Amino acid sequence: MSKKIISLLLVAMMVMAMFAGCSKPAAEPATEPAAEPAAEATTEDATAEEAPAEDTAKVDMVMGMITDTGGLGDQSFNDSGWMGLERLEAEYGIERKVLESESADDYGPNLTSFAEAEVDIVYGVGFLFNESMAAAAAQFPNQKFAIIDSVVEADNVASITFAENEGSFLVGVIAGMTTETNKVGFIGGMKFPLIEKFEYGFKAGVKAANPDAEVISNYADSFEDAAKGKEIATVQHQQGADVIFHAAGGVGIGLIQAAEEQGFWAIGVDQDQSHISPERVLCSMIKRVDEGVYQVGQSVIDGNFEGGVHLFSIANEGVGYSDNAGNLTEEQVAAAEKWKAAIATGAFVVPQTEAEFNAFEVPEI
Amino acid sequence: MLVIFIAIIASALRLATPLIFAALGSVFTERSGVVNIALEGIMIMGAFFAILAMEFVSNPWIAVLVAMIVGAITALLLGFLAINLKANQVVAGTAINILAGSLTAFLLEMVWHRSGQTDTVANALTKNPETLAFLEKIPVLGSLFSGLTPFVYLAIIFSGVSYYVMYKTPFGLRIRAVGEHPRAADTVGVNVYRVRHICVLISGALAGLAGASLSLGTVNMFREGMVSGKGFIAIAAAIFGKWHPLGAFAACLFFGLTEAIQIQAASLGLGWIPSEFLQMLPYIATVLALAGLVGRAVAPAASGEPYEKGHR
Repeated sequence: MSKKIISLLLVAMMVMAMFAGCSKPAAEPATEPAAEPAAEATTEDATAEEAPAEDTAKVDMVMGMITDTGGLGDQSFNDSGWMGLERLEAEYGIERKVLESESADDYGPNLTSFAEAEVDIVYGVGFLFNESMAAAAAQFPNQKFAIIDSVVEADNVASITFAENEGSFLVGVIAGMTTETNKVGFIGGMKFPLIEKFEYGFKAGVKAANPDAEVISNYADSFEDAAKGKEIATVQHQQGADVIFHAAGGVGIGLIQAAEEQGFWAIGVDQDQSHISPERVLCSMIKRVDEGVYQVGQSVIDGNFEGGVHLFSIANEGVGYSDNAGNLTEEQVAAAEKWKAAIATGAFVVPQTEAEFNAFEVPEI
Repeated sequence: MLVIFIAIIASALRLATPLIFAALGSVFTERSGVVNIALEGIMIMGAFFAILAMEFVSNPWIAVLVAMIVGAITALLLGFLAINLKANQVVAGTAINILAGSLTAFLLEMVWHRSGQTDTVANALTKNPETLAFLEKIPVLGSLFSGLTPFVYLAIIFSGVSYYVMYKTPFGLRIRAVGEHPRAADTVGVNVYRVRHICVLISGALAGLAGASLSLGTVNMFREGMVSGKGFIAIAAAIFGKWHPLGAFAACLFFGLTEAIQIQAASLGLGWIPSEFLQMLPYIATVLALAGLVGRAVAPAASGEPYEKGHR
């Protein structure tokens, strides 16, 4: 008797927990969680915001975005992608929808449910979508897809990739100029090619600005474990690093916390992270996922959507650096802008692998 | 070299602290015959509610207390399911883990109107407490103490207290009896259900404390996913420590030490060892311990078995 009650109770609990995760996407989060980033976006895009509404005809399109396990509110690329759709909504009046993935098992079903709803384009945020999107693209050949940070070779998939090495190069230049101990640190999430682009781009930037500086590099083997991030940052600081850059998601929160307590500079990643600690976040390397989402969305609206790789680099404002807290000196900004211009014109190629970094010689600019 | 050595010890202690609390909790429940898979979820609850409490009170220790109480309440749910209703303990624990992750994500959105992470809180417990500032003046070792948080001292004290309770008090004897042979304990008048309930509550409070040591004692904020499997690692540590409070303490230190060495690998001249290898070391050790190669690890006989009164 009691066994039945238990099993019923447990089943009910599991189901509830599942719903707490999966049902969220439906409709309301469309407005709610975006409230915060939206506020930031409006200040930036104030001019863009004013124009649209009345004079542009509303485009009757629905664009769907599927987050990775980080979900909306990660203050990183999921939020950034959502901001890109928000701009499309503001400027063209499209309807945007989101599905949040609780685990990697949700990618496939989420892609399928958007494809079956026949939305105009489905964005998968994150390279983890690679396999499930390749499968979905084959299953729904008439559905337009876009994937962030990865390449899926199919005619109906736009692969939005970024030149992280170029943005990291710029913050590397700034770090090289800022360090007084001639030691800077790098904390990566996990060691695979995408994160190595950050590492070697950064190292090249440091080398360009300060050939004597040494870069201490560690990987946390996690994108979540903030405590470990703090520990690594503490160790790097003890080894003499006074500017530390991270490409490690939630692990970086630990870095910024350590910087605040122990008094050294942290460099944020993906979005401007100075709001976490305005005094201790020197600047942030910016990866404009919103720009990528926006431009591909625009091509869908204009009817000239193309599959294949869409690279967002310094040249098309896809990556860069930001300093919302105003910690950079004029000299540092001038140097960063100088290198930025050189990269944009293609004067030299920023390394993105260890081999390329070893072969890298700082060009005369 | 000495400086690096001290830095590694400090790192190991800090990294081990949350594990120690949770592992002690695991020792208490398993010794009484309940497997607490929900430690991970309870840690998430503790981490979240410690930060939430800081919205209302200014004293961080009250927030720590709140985390422990919330942890105990969450554990009460497990106790009710596993002890009174005799549910499968692993399934009940797993359900609580899923519930905790979703519930905190939901509350985070309610309170801070965004998901992902909370704001940072002021006056957290991330520094060496002022009352112990004199320790920093000790030559050489001073730099070790300056890097410790109050939670590290608490973890050491709690390990000692747990050992004392478990092996030197009548109550501890009852816990072990109930975990080994509940019917025999029942026959001599020990209230099996009550002992198990108390142990589950203790483990909940300890896991809540473990969560608080992560959020309030490390990064001053709560972020989804920040517990990142530490509750499960703590269970492994309890096994590796042979379900003994001091053994679990040592196992957690060992786990912390391998992680600290992994971070310092380059400066120790161990950069050639893949970090993944160092990372899997503790788990290999745990598997070996279970397989009986590093001294036999024998689980409490009735661990995981619901006790049915009067059932033959």
